[in-house]
Amino acid sequence: MKFTLSWLKKHLDTSANLDEILTALTDLGLEVENVEDPVESLKEFTIGKVLSAEQHPNADKLRVCQVQTDEGELQIICGAPNARKGILVVVARPGVFVPGIETTIGVGKIRGIESFGMMCSEREMQLSDEHDGIIELSSGKVGEKFIDWLALNKPSKVETTIEIAITPNRPDALGVHGIARDLAARGLGKLINNEVEPVKGNFPCPISVEIDKDCLVNTPVFFGRVIKGVKNVQSPEWLQDYLKAIGLRPISVLVDITNYFTYDQNRPLHVFDADKIVGNKLRIHKAVGGEKFIGLDEKEYKLSSGMTVISDSEGVESLGGIMGGLHSGCTDITENVFLEAAYFDPIRTAYTGRELKINSDARYRFERGIDPAWTPEGIEAATQMILRLCGGEASDLVKAGHIPDTSRYYKFDANKVQSLVGMKIPEDRQKKILTDLGFILKGDQAHVPAWRPDVLGEADIVEEIARVASLANLKGVPLPKKDLGISKPVLNTSQKREQIARRNIAALGYNECVSYSFIDAQSAQLFGGGSEATQLQNPISTDMSHMRPDLLPCLLKAASRNQARGFNDIALFEAGPVFGGIEPSDQDFQISGLLVGQTAKKNVHSKTRNIDIFDVKADVEATLTALGAPKKVQIRRGGNSWWHPGRHGCICLGPKTVLAVFGEIHPKVLKEIDVKGPAVAFTIWPNSIPVPRNKKATRLALDLVDLQAVERDFAFIVDNKVGASDLVIAATGADKHLIQDVRVFDEFVGKELDAGKKSIALTVRLQPTEKTLKDAEIEDLSKKIIEKVKNATGGVLRT
Amino acid sequence: MEDLRNKYIRAIATAGDETALETVRLAALGKKGEVSLKMRELGQMSPQERQVAGPALNDLKNEIISAISAKKEALEDSALNDRLESEWLDVTLPSRERPSGTIHPISQVTEEVISIFANMDFSVAEGPRIETDWYNFDALNIPSHHPARAEMDTFYMYRSENDDRAPDVLRTHTSPVQIRTMENIGAPVRVICPGGVYRADYDQTHTPMFHQVEGLAIDKSLSMANLKWVLEEFVKTYFEVSDVELRFRASHFPFTEPSAEVDIRCSWDNGQLKVGEGDDWLEILGSGMVHPKVLLAGSIDPNIWQGFAFGMGIDRIAMLKYGIPDLRAFFDSDLRWLRHYGFTALDQPNLHAGLSR
Repeated sequence: MKFTLSWLKKHLDTSANLDEILTALTDLGLEVENVEDPVESLKEFTIGKVLSAEQHPNADKLRVCQVQTDEGELQIICGAPNARKGILVVVARPGVFVPGIETTIGVGKIRGIESFGMMCSEREMQLSDEHDGIIELSSGKVGEKFIDWLALNKPSKVETTIEIAITPNRPDALGVHGIARDLAARGLGKLINNEVEPVKGNFPCPISVEIDKDCLVNTPVFFGRVIKGVKNVQSPEWLQDYLKAIGLRPISVLVDITNYFTYDQNRPLHVFDADKIVGNKLRIHKAVGGEKFIGLDEKEYKLSSGMTVISDSEGVESLGGIMGGLHSGCTDITENVFLEAAYFDPIRTAYTGRELKINSDARYRFERGIDPAWTPEGIEAATQMILRLCGGEASDLVKAGHIPDTSRYYKFDANKVQSLVGMKIPEDRQKKILTDLGFILKGDQAHVPAWRPDVLGEADIVEEIARVASLANLKGVPLPKKDLGISKPVLNTSQKREQIARRNIAALGYNECVSYSFIDAQSAQLFGGGSEATQLQNPISTDMSHMRPDLLPCLLKAASRNQARGFNDIALFEAGPVFGGIEPSDQDFQISGLLVGQTAKKNVHSKTRNIDIFDVKADVEATLTALGAPKKVQIRRGGNSWWHPGRHGCICLGPKTVLAVFGEIHPKVLKEIDVKGPAVAFTIWPNSIPVPRNKKATRLALDLVDLQAVERDFAFIVDNKVGASDLVIAATGADKHLIQDVRVFDEFVGKELDAGKKSIALTVRLQPTEKTLKDAEIEDLSKKIIEKVKNATGGVLRT
Repeated sequence: MEDLRNKYIRAIATAGDETALETVRLAALGKKGEVSLKMRELGQMSPQERQVAGPALNDLKNEIISAISAKKEALEDSALNDRLESEWLDVTLPSRERPSGTIHPISQVTEEVISIFANMDFSVAEGPRIETDWYNFDALNIPSHHPARAEMDTFYMYRSENDDRAPDVLRTHTSPVQIRTMENIGAPVRVICPGGVYRADYDQTHTPMFHQVEGLAIDKSLSMANLKWVLEEFVKTYFEVSDVELRFRASHFPFTEPSAEVDIRCSWDNGQLKVGEGDDWLEILGSGMVHPKVLLAGSIDPNIWQGFAFGMGIDRIAMLKYGIPDLRAFFDSDLRWLRHYGFTALDQPNLHAGLSR
């Protein structure tokens, strides 16, 4: 919402200066977004007189002028065609910033001749678009400040413009009058209320109006009248200046008058060309659906059933509360008009506007709610202005429906402000604030004015008082502790796990990413998503069309971008939500990590090697341990299609619970996402890790044995696809008491072995607890180990 | 006897290495060594002779033993010195690289915020990113025709043609977690709700996803003055300054009444924020007293309970505190950015050591 200082002063009798007004506005909740003060940007410009203007010796279009200024005679080179001896001009001396060309004037040579300033056009000073030549003033003294001359001769050009942000609850502040009311309540002056005298009609209105019964909810009241014999010429300069100052383009006086009331009183109006209305009757009704309508913006709209429209006997002439129609719009040859002032309800207006995607000033105001009670005054005030500026003769008013009853009241309780806001405001002051805002107090009832549709309860009354009294005076009061003593921990298990996992993985060398939750359809499809059910209706680009089904596509894409920047060894991870569908409950939480390239940069200490699956396996195991996952897990295959089928493992607890997956990314996926491999990755589902039953801090007692442990090595020949972990499990089973640890220390495939076979070597560590082992006992246990492994895996001892 | 002594002491002295020394030892003290043989002869001597020769021989034996051991040590020292002399390394060679990862500023700042509010007894609540229309809007007093809906640039999820429920949305703020918390916990309650939110906007200062933290406190007599104190304590602690001035400005949010936007006093020095001093005001959050309709939507009786809520941008306060210029880069996963603005794994924020290093 934009307005000028002098416009505000038509509604507010005030001696406050600009700064006081701006501070008050922001503090009242009418946040000042921008202030344009031409006085500020033009204060250095002065008036000068051209004493002589000679042709520049080196340029056809330039003249060398001697100009009398407040600092004596200056030589200025000028390219304007009208630069000539004797005229009064506006001079920017060296050091002055010229806003229209965003340049600070310096002393310089132009085609070899020195110039000490600039003579300006209106455009260069941002006064208008005029740039045919420099300004020639009809009056003024050499050395006089140009802004003083403007204030005297063209006051509208030195208007201060204020732009404020209006929150959706304050339709009343969409008119300058409402803004003035707030400032007056704050104590910055007195609100000027002009009584509107009704205009007496000279003839009965030839056009009647009628609201369909089922449309009375949407359009409870409609006033209109014909004014004949008007001249729709250009608006007078003052009205044009008002509109231009707030960024509206003057069109014609009739249109300008409706715009004026829109901004002055938040009272949108519409003017029909009465001669274009067929059948002498306007009907306000719900559209049946399918009607075509060409708006004033010259676009064609297809209407849906239920939209509020205004029709004559030929069809729709206007979209109620949103936009008039092109057919019955006013042109410069319009002579007879029909003036409309109605109340269109916010909900219908919002839906229609949203569906047709029309953003008009009228829609903006009706959907927030205008003051329905001011409708009759609105049409009278507008009639007066039309008669004054366009001439003509007004008919009697016609009216359909009734002004909707917005009367309501809420309890006024002076203690409520203290209770809710924590500020002490004397009751008298509270009452004065409400009265100044237009509330009527009767006992403990506060009756809400019709222009405040947002006030709907006691809390709103409190807000009005606190807002006007100023929240800037609020003093903090300590929040009492929940319980006496030390605060309790606040994180739950899954929140703790998330933090632990994150820091653990970062400690392992991964860089944490936070990527967008939406990705392109193709990448989503590679990871089991990308279906219709996970897509956005209104993505901002095709790169962000689907909710991510997994974190890995995001990390892979990040790796690809980093590779393009020349980074080849990459370790990234992310902890975040993934989406299996569009329902809130379809969200899951994952942590994924990705390694690409080599384990280290080329270095003096060791040969570098490609990262491989056992790097991520180590990281995943370390993280699961940090998260308190059980040690005893199974590693299965059969993970999703984006893993290399032979090179991935699912870390499981029992047949159903998958804690994590690690492995190589499928080469096809790498190719699709354009990542140069090798690339290995892992995904952890921290919430699938069971919460330990015993959550006590006490550890089990440490049981140390002093007897010497014995290690024995075994090598078994097994089929290629037998898992080493099966051998470990089998060997461990030979004596759960004595065998403390079984480690795989070698895997061998080679010519010495039959095809399809490999050798796996184990170290078994035996820890006696009661007495030192004898050779015979070790021998017996070895046999048992060999037997167990054979039974479980078919492996035979390599000899 | 003296000859014997001289012979072996000299031999020990001239032994060039441990093998030579061992040969000398065997020659003197071995089973058939010269000194050993002499000692064996003692048995055949008369008691008088033995009394003289015995101690002399013993002395000789001891002298040889200690000479050998001294020589042995000298030989070892010299061998070690030779070895050390040869073991020279170029210690300016680079060390073995250790991997070092980073924590994203959003995670770091979220943990900072949690640790501050935990001290004021706020626990952490979470909610889904895809929300129903009701939780994201209606329950927060934003009915479907409300202009705030259009202003929020909401992302809508797909709905099949025969499904006439309002489409779900990507939550436009963390406020729906307020409602879920009221439903789950009821009153009294104190929570913060950090997390990602979404709006269909992308330019220099907006990204379609960003992060907010919501605060909610409900009890029987909480007021906006308590809210102001909580925010003052938060801002001071978060920005690690001893004093801060907050300015409450009337504003409007459909879910709070009265509502206020909150500015902090600050100054700018070369694009870096200084909190608590200067003539500028910086808007950092929106807040207010929970609207009675919102309490009702969360099944809490507004005649008994009242409280405050606030919301601010995590990415934004991260940018302000750590001088990070561009919001868009947060989500680009550029390694150079992650390494530069990220935090080490051990930078775990806590209040006893201070939030940042």
